[in-house]
Amino acid sequence: MSIRTLAVGVTMLLLSLLATFPAAAVQPDEMLRDPVLEARARALSQGLRCLVCQNQSIDDSDASLAHDLRVLLRERLTAGDSDRQAVDFIVARYGNFVLLKPPLEWNTALLWLSPLLLLLIAGAGFWRYLARHKAEPAPVPLSAEDEARLAPLLGERSGS
Amino acid sequence: MLPEVGHYALIIAMMLAALQSVLPLIGARRRDPVLMELGPHLAIGQLFAIAVAFVLLVQAFVSSDFSVLVVANNSHTDKPLLYKITGVWGNHEGSMLLWVLILAVYGGAVALFGHNLPATLKARVLAVHGMIGLAFLAFILFTSNPFARLDPAPANGDGLNPILQDIGLAIHPPMLYMGYVGFSMAFSFAVAALIEGKVDAAWARWVRPWVLAAWICLTAGIALGSFWAYYTLGWGGWWFWDPVENASFMPWLAGTALLHSALVVERRSALQTWTILLGILTFSLSLVGTFLVRSGVITSVHSFANDPLRGQFILAILVLATGGSLLLFAVRASSLRQGSPFAIVSREGGLVLNNALLSVAAGTVFIGTFWPLVVDFLGQDKISVGPPFYNRTFVPVMAPVLLAMVVGPMLRWKRDDLTAALARLRWPAVAATGVVLFVLIMMFGTGLFVALGFGVAAWLILGSLWPLVGRLKLGGAPFDTSLRLALNTPPSTYGLIVAHAGMGVVVAGITGMTAFQGENIRLMRIGETTHLAGYTFTLRDVGKGKGPNYDFERGTFVVEGSMGRAFVMLPERRFYPVRQQSTTQAAITTNLLWNLYISFGEDNGKGQYAVRLYFHPLVAWIWGGALLMALGGALSLTDRRLRIGMPQRTPVRAGTAVAAE
Repeated sequence: MSIRTLAVGVTMLLLSLLATFPAAAVQPDEMLRDPVLEARARALSQGLRCLVCQNQSIDDSDASLAHDLRVLLRERLTAGDSDRQAVDFIVARYGNFVLLKPPLEWNTALLWLSPLLLLLIAGAGFWRYLARHKAEPAPVPLSAEDEARLAPLLGERSGS
Repeated sequence: MLPEVGHYALIIAMMLAALQSVLPLIGARRRDPVLMELGPHLAIGQLFAIAVAFVLLVQAFVSSDFSVLVVANNSHTDKPLLYKITGVWGNHEGSMLLWVLILAVYGGAVALFGHNLPATLKARVLAVHGMIGLAFLAFILFTSNPFARLDPAPANGDGLNPILQDIGLAIHPPMLYMGYVGFSMAFSFAVAALIEGKVDAAWARWVRPWVLAAWICLTAGIALGSFWAYYTLGWGGWWFWDPVENASFMPWLAGTALLHSALVVERRSALQTWTILLGILTFSLSLVGTFLVRSGVITSVHSFANDPLRGQFILAILVLATGGSLLLFAVRASSLRQGSPFAIVSREGGLVLNNALLSVAAGTVFIGTFWPLVVDFLGQDKISVGPPFYNRTFVPVMAPVLLAMVVGPMLRWKRDDLTAALARLRWPAVAATGVVLFVLIMMFGTGLFVALGFGVAAWLILGSLWPLVGRLKLGGAPFDTSLRLALNTPPSTYGLIVAHAGMGVVVAGITGMTAFQGENIRLMRIGETTHLAGYTFTLRDVGKGKGPNYDFERGTFVVEGSMGRAFVMLPERRFYPVRQQSTTQAAITTNLLWNLYISFGEDNGKGQYAVRLYFHPLVAWIWGGALLMALGGALSLTDRRLRIGMPQRTPVRAGTAVAAE
């Protein structure tokens, strides 16, 4: 067996371990008795990323780390933390990576502004197009070949 | 022996692709009919060779030939026949082979059915198509040979990831590929047009059916993928803004824009340059998608079968294809004919708005998908971009599209009066406002967004259907007149109505699901009863059993509503010994207005089972609406006027629509 084959095999094995996602999400035994507190925990966990399973929130994931984070979050809330304090506590441990909604900082400013910038660019492009096409340009005559091909099609256009 | 034949077939296909990407191009330049005519023959030869390779790979899977590496890694003798076959594309090598097969099918279709294309354009389209084929065949042969052998062959294979052993995921990749690989036609036609230096109404008529066909498949493929996630992941999520989902969603957004801008080129000879650019960008986004999925550069819930080394090869293809075509665009765009003028308020203006906003939306998704990589490169921090980001950016950009897509089709070409157009839509507007007020009152003034969501849905559905009332003179003319008018309305008009109304159905589904879903997550003993959304759920029994290649544990729930008969729901947990993996098989019942969803978990050792019950209102409308959109596309595709670049038996007669009068 070549090194490459071995590497592929090992990768496959690792992936098959990672790519399991059976019965997902928050477990009944983790849930808090106080419905108000539990509702807060659920809402917060939907914004927190399960760090190992990528792009799934801890509320949706069944990875053991997600479980730990859910329990941790609930511990903080039970201890009397505000939503903000509880999230800050987790961010302090795991970094911004854990937030599914990236915070507005210098390295995400462009990300958050991008839709607006793109809209401006699109608007400017549209405005320029209209301005440039204000004057009616002389129509370029079609070649005889095109003319012959288009004639029957134009005849049908009355149908739409 | 047979796998080697498959390997040789791929090598031959690559050589044919190499010839196809050069000879017709020279032929078109020299106006040499013989060289140009080689294009179709080479394209069909390439298709044939790839088909042979594909069939042989299927054969290797079906016969469980474990001396072939991919078969050994992804199959097992115990697997049902269906999943042996679909396992062909449940792995990197096989799915790339499917990719080039579909690419070659599109190329072959132009070769076979493109009789009425001008010879030089056809030759150039096929040449460009050959280049894409060449690049990906080289990728397969040099980095991802599906026929690589394993010596000694193992006694049995490793099996397929159980998540992929599902009928939904079996058809999802081919549909998706038919979609985003299909946009290669837009690319080939765009680049060929740049080489020709000519983009006219006829060009748009040739390219539009292909783009439409690809779009239909992509729409259906995305809907299928979303539905698969819904019933597989065990809690009813249907869209995650996952990089791999974005990979197919970005080409969809750009492709939707392309469909609409090609319409302007066809009808009004405007926006040619933009349409060409969009054709290039749409396929580039398809390549970006392939890169995202295949390289594993951004790992995600979907990340199986990826390899960073391969990523570099695809990245090189992406840079060459996009960079090369954009360079050509920069050089040649100014020589393209300038568009006809139109006022802001006009059908063209509406379609430009559609294009601008859809492009911004696609751009937003693109930046959101890649920004974590950018931050990673900058160092010092790692970020995630998840649903909360897209809800705050993508949704506001798309909202005006939803409002405008009812008004646009009501506008006349060239110039129109917005007040008059809106006046034509006053009844749908009144009805939509009524819906908003009704929902607000029912929710005691809370839930403004919910009310707006349903209002927009009503606006889209009623506003799209409304023009039909006037067109068919419903209520204003005898029934047979209306019927005759209905029969004389071209299919593409119905296509537009169905597709736009389908979007309204999607919006209603998303709003209902987001606002009113309910859940009951708890531990249950056998015999215990619980309630959700007016239904009573009793866990009657838990049984164990064996499937073809898995063991299962199945809960029997008896569900009773306030009216109607009690029924049984049977959620399962499956364990696949070959891969040592378990999956959930949720039980779902639907009455199309709402779904009941049960997912069944493990017991805690004290005879209590973790059970999740969900109530999902209107969720079926999300996929139903998407399928309506695809159906709308299909209706348009049957319009004979559109089929100018498609197979055609009967000669086009002039004025058929009028002749029936």
